[in-house]
Amino acid sequence: MHELMVTESILEIALRHARQAKAARISDLYLVIGSLSSVVDDSVQFYWEFISEGTAAEGAILHFRRIPAELACQACGHTYSPNENLTCPVCESSDIQIIAGQEFFLEAIEIVEDPAGEAVKSTGIARS
Amino acid sequence: MTQRITVVEKIMGANERIAKANREELDLANVYALNFMASPGAGKTSLIEQTLQKLASRGRVAVVDGDVATSIDADRAAAAGAQAIQINTGGECHLDAVMLQAALAKLDLSTIDLLIVENVGNLICPANFELGTHLSVLVASIPEGDDKPYKYPGMYQGVDALVINKIDLLPYIDFDMDYFRQGVEALNPGLVTFPLSCRVGTGLDLWLTWISEHLPSGNGS
Repeated sequence: MHELMVTESILEIALRHARQAKAARISDLYLVIGSLSSVVDDSVQFYWEFISEGTAAEGAILHFRRIPAELACQACGHTYSPNENLTCPVCESSDIQIIAGQEFFLEAIEIVEDPAGEAVKSTGIARS
Repeated sequence: MTQRITVVEKIMGANERIAKANREELDLANVYALNFMASPGAGKTSLIEQTLQKLASRGRVAVVDGDVATSIDADRAAAAGAQAIQINTGGECHLDAVMLQAALAKLDLSTIDLLIVENVGNLICPANFELGTHLSVLVASIPEGDDKPYKYPGMYQGVDALVINKIDLLPYIDFDMDYFRQGVEALNPGLVTFPLSCRVGTGLDLWLTWISEHLPSGNGS
């Protein structure tokens, strides 16, 4: 489980972009998580409540977009979801490539603009 | 009023940047670094001990040992003649680039040629954290079972060499080597593998020869 560090990283990226946009606060975060990236949504959500407290992202809603794993057979071109043997279900080749499922990034944030034009205060995040 | 801002930034980007800095620091000092990963009990420390003995004549070695607690592994590395640094991750299940950066700061890189990093025993998380090392070695072992490549594809995909330890136990354990290798081949085509036993010594020669040949020539010391 490294979701704590991952959640700190999400907050750091979101606050940085919010500052650049001179936002008052962040209302929503849109995360993309591939099913092979071994990140647990619930766990990120759990840490988020604590980590975001007292920052411009406090109370922001996390939206998770899950991307299922997809493999492409290099021999016959067939694309499929991983099966028990990983091999291509059409031609049985084991020459495969993962084409989806390893994503893990912050796609977008929604910010509330500050009418006074005052940027989000720089919020340092302590790293253990 | 709300506004949507496109970010598209990798969450692991910060770790990757520090890993890159670690690599530059190692390259500058002419130190070649290996990252040993495995599940707990696969035999990382035993393999490192064997490897240290062989490489002692080839250059000066340091070991960075990641563990949740205790310095048992670092003590074993020190006993085998290496400069050893223990990183207790305090519960973290992997080493990350920041932890290695801190360990590098404690070492005098000008006095070593080879750095062996022993990651925390775990087949999931270490695969997601680049450290900046040059070569990743996965130590699998027969008692873990032949289905591990299928269960931990991320780990098997990202490594440069695979050691299959404890082959002396093959007669006693239901381990289908063909099934195991088929999974490895699908995830990491052409991966170099070394079936061996650290305990009885079978197959160790091939691994030691390979790793010796992989090392760059020393610092000229």
